[in-house]
Amino acid sequence: MSFGRARFIFGFLVAPIVLYAVYVLYPYGQTAYYSVTDFSGFSPDYSYVGFGNYVELFSDDVFLRALGHNVVVLTVYPVVTILLALFFAFMLNVGGRGDKAGVRGVRGSSVYKFIFFFPQVLSIAIVAVIWRRVFQSNDGGMINSLLMKLGLVDKDKPLLFLAESDSVFPPIHIGNFVFEAPVVLVCLILIAIWGGVGFYLILFSAAMQSIPKDIFEAATLDGATRVQTFFRVTLPLLREHVSVAWVYLGIAALDFYALVVGMTPGPGGGGPNDASQVMSSYMMSNAFRPARFDSFAFACAMGVSIAILTLLFAAAQLRITRSRDKLEF
Amino acid sequence: MSHLATTDAPTTPEPTPAPAPAKPAAKDTGDTGRVFNVFSHGFLFIWGALVTIPLIWAVIQSFKTDTEIINDPLGLPDQWLWGAFGRAWTKGHIGEFFFNTVLVLIGGVGLTMLLGSMAAYVLARYPFRGNRAVYWMFVAGLTMPIYLGILPLYLTVDNVANALGLGEVIGLSTHLGLILVYVAYSLPFTVFFLHAFFRTLPSSIAEAASVDGAGHVRLFFQVMMPMAKPGLIGIGIFNVIGQWNQFILPTVIMKDEDKRLLTQGLLELATNARYETDFARLFAGMTLAMLPILAVYLIFHRQVQSGLTGATLK
Repeated sequence: MSFGRARFIFGFLVAPIVLYAVYVLYPYGQTAYYSVTDFSGFSPDYSYVGFGNYVELFSDDVFLRALGHNVVVLTVYPVVTILLALFFAFMLNVGGRGDKAGVRGVRGSSVYKFIFFFPQVLSIAIVAVIWRRVFQSNDGGMINSLLMKLGLVDKDKPLLFLAESDSVFPPIHIGNFVFEAPVVLVCLILIAIWGGVGFYLILFSAAMQSIPKDIFEAATLDGATRVQTFFRVTLPLLREHVSVAWVYLGIAALDFYALVVGMTPGPGGGGPNDASQVMSSYMMSNAFRPARFDSFAFACAMGVSIAILTLLFAAAQLRITRSRDKLEF
Repeated sequence: MSHLATTDAPTTPEPTPAPAPAKPAAKDTGDTGRVFNVFSHGFLFIWGALVTIPLIWAVIQSFKTDTEIINDPLGLPDQWLWGAFGRAWTKGHIGEFFFNTVLVLIGGVGLTMLLGSMAAYVLARYPFRGNRAVYWMFVAGLTMPIYLGILPLYLTVDNVANALGLGEVIGLSTHLGLILVYVAYSLPFTVFFLHAFFRTLPSSIAEAASVDGAGHVRLFFQVMMPMAKPGLIGIGIFNVIGQWNQFILPTVIMKDEDKRLLTQGLLELATNARYETDFARLFAGMTLAMLPILAVYLIFHRQVQSGLTGATLK
């Protein structure tokens, strides 16, 4: 029996472990290793260069801009998405007409949920291609032609959207870092919000429904209005969910690759003039369009930096918002 | 999901104002409730419109002529033309892209579920030396972004396939090669999720089956897998959507033009200059790609919504 047991354990674990080790762990290790060399990606001759790639990285103007863009996305995208999702979840669940049994969810809430969630199951490529056309920077674009019809935009001066590299606020320089929000980046954030709200709305809505009704009844009996109930009762009970959402959204904000590649001008995306470049897109375009002989190693150093920043963010986020007392109902 | 049923059901007819003062519970109903209700529907409707209008607009474009698309992007077509759909399917290769995607998805999710549940089951229910180490090795993968491995992955896939003499089978630009990569990157979350699930299953049934002479393998496939069905469905949906939306892995690994997946193919259609002359075909391709998703989502939307959000909270 014990021999059979050992054989069974081995037999069940060997394939998953081998796959995982070969395709996930080994490349992770290799990235870390190549990042301290001058490996070109092709030539077998390369040597150890220490942390030179990392030092260069933090004096590379485009990388620092890309990092700044990620930080801007990281501050705007999760907050707006969570606020909108909470708002709509609240509207869905307590926006209905009240009756003797208390406040109800709105009529047709499952239809709303169906629609709001749909962008989540659309492939990111479909989302990107459609929004390219919606934001198109001439009278053929949906928004431009709509605004022209309404007389809000001059026919000869269409809004540029994805082709606009000017920041919506004056760029802030802190040492080598630049923080700016080019219009093209703002457009990308809007699309990400458009696609993301539905998912978190469903998440929060399910959480709201799992709160026992008698808690709300007690609040109502004490004379609390709906809005008070939301802020004093519902929101504190959703703390855990908001925290999870924040981590997921933050990780997505440090990524953003698919939207940048799918929507922005320039080979590999990131344009115009690197105004929408994020760390991941800059890394990918560096590795595959070598501008220098050791660009592969340089890109690997970016990969490690992205990983470290993501880990730091997730750790910090979990530390800040980890709830001290978990409520069970 | 019994809560859903209660909120979805049409509310009972609005209360007459008269009995309201009798109970404090009714304080916030009546007029404020009605105003609130209009507000809620207003906001919800606006967001619903924001979500659907771009999609519907894109669908309508596919029925127009290129002249109409350029000169009158907002209008309806004079004549509803179906030709663009045929062109998207044949010249735009939407059919091929779709076939490739579905093939990889079936293989990828199927194998992920099989290997993931095998690993999770053994790790959850068979204590052995090194068990925790293997478990944490998988969970560690959860914390790493894909960018940490993506560049050497290209070389790894190529080297491993060539070293085994299987370049045509699991090498670059092969379906099976991409499937294996998908599985490897889906394993951490699948193992993590199912590990927790297998732990909660009662041991008594497993013991009874063992006493009846069921071996470890039979116990797993005939007793434990069926019991774990709710968990398997949840994580299965999560993996379907995750792998369907996968963007960077196929971009790096599928280099051959006829092996492209839908994500790459659609972007190609949108960015490549030689297609720009046929806007209707681009929109028709988009519509064709959306339809099957819409159909599947219409049927499974409840499972998708609860499965995805449930998996996220683990």
